[in-house]
Amino acid sequence: MTDEEIAKIVIQSLASIVPELDEATLSPTKNLRDQLDIDSMDFLNFVIALHDVLKVDIPERDYAHLASIANAVGYLARKLR
Amino acid sequence: MAEFRMPSLGADMEAATLVEWLKKPGDPVSRGDVIAVVETEKGAIEIEVFQTGTLETLLAQPGEKIAVGAPMALIRSEGETAPVAPVARPVTFEIKPAAPISPPAIAPRGPAPGPPRPGIHASPAARKRANELGIKIEKVSGSGPDGAITVSDVERAAKALPGPAAMREVIGVAMARSKREISHYYLGHTVDFEPALRWIEAENLNRPVPERMLYGVVLLKAVARALRDYPEFNGYWTDGQFRPSESIHLGVAIALAQGGLIAPAIHDADKLSLSQLMAALRDLVGRARMGGLRSSELSDATITVTNLGEQGTESVFPVIYPPQVAIVGFGMILERPWVVEGAVIPRRVIVSSLAADHRVSDGRRGARFLTAVGGLLQEPQNL
Repeated sequence: MTDEEIAKIVIQSLASIVPELDEATLSPTKNLRDQLDIDSMDFLNFVIALHDVLKVDIPERDYAHLASIANAVGYLARKLR
Repeated sequence: MAEFRMPSLGADMEAATLVEWLKKPGDPVSRGDVIAVVETEKGAIEIEVFQTGTLETLLAQPGEKIAVGAPMALIRSEGETAPVAPVARPVTFEIKPAAPISPPAIAPRGPAPGPPRPGIHASPAARKRANELGIKIEKVSGSGPDGAITVSDVERAAKALPGPAAMREVIGVAMARSKREISHYYLGHTVDFEPALRWIEAENLNRPVPERMLYGVVLLKAVARALRDYPEFNGYWTDGQFRPSESIHLGVAIALAQGGLIAPAIHDADKLSLSQLMAALRDLVGRARMGGLRSSELSDATITVTNLGEQGTESVFPVIYPPQVAIVGFGMILERPWVVEGAVIPRRVIVSSLAADHRVSDGRRGARFLTAVGGLLQEPQNL
């Protein structure tokens, strides 16, 4: 899976918890919690959505690697290799 | 013949607009069935019936604004014979002029819209526009052929949504009433949260992703369990006296994306396991943000818990939500020097707070209740 394909899944997963998300204004490097005003329940739902699509297990201690879209893509690419 | 009345959905609600009936005259209804959807400043709420029988007559029509306590329908109890003549529509309650369109529910957060619901006629363009505006298509009234929903219907519905200003107004009225009528007292207590956090972290290592717990669930359970021994914080002040509740229904303050907040109840929270409580919380937050809360969830809370820790505040001084008589708050998790067995070590702590009603309890009992919550958090495995 390419980084572009992973990025698309990350954004789709975010859109599933933030339907009003505007992809055009989404920064790949900004912190997701700040950028989208999501709380821990939203973040857990984001992790569940990624898990459902990619079938990867993301332990809690790795949540910091999902801080931004760019971080998440890099982390998930390593997990999928 | 029993009257089905508009229930109160909280101290900040005076009326709601009927969006749709989900049952029709002649349908059997059972206690707990959802029979109507109403729109309030806090979104669409499903209204449950508290009688069992047959829905006889609908007294209110979609689009009408109905005062709390006003009759909406007549329900014939089991064994009761049907009236020979139609029942006249009561004129003793106020029905305000209907809005030109039934206000829809906004879908501020939650999963993307699902497949079209059978029976809803909407053009693909209308569905797309509803998705863009965060509008639930099934809550929009159609003006096209055979009631089909058009793009302009969706856009008109979006404009009719209760805005943040309306919600701020109702919250302001309720909180002013609270401060005017309730003699609040406040207590704070810093709790060593390290044992609970370590336990949750270890638990989550062994749980599949969808079954992981948030630390807020442990806080909720500790409050619910402690209330068993402190009933003076669990119940309602009504008709000039305190009425303790036998059940512990925790109201959970949930922020809404469009602004404002709502505090629906998790019923019998003290009897739920932590996993059950987590599932209930996840479901409740999803429905609070998507629409689909039930009337009983908005009227049954016997105490409220608010957790503002994620917003970066150390402690909370909350306002009691009448007719409740207490509210518990939690701030953020802080790493602080802490003395354990004579040694100073870094420890994650959390500040709990209690606002309670002096008409019902005093600070001594409040302090004991708050320290009991802290004590339960030292042994999370027993919650």
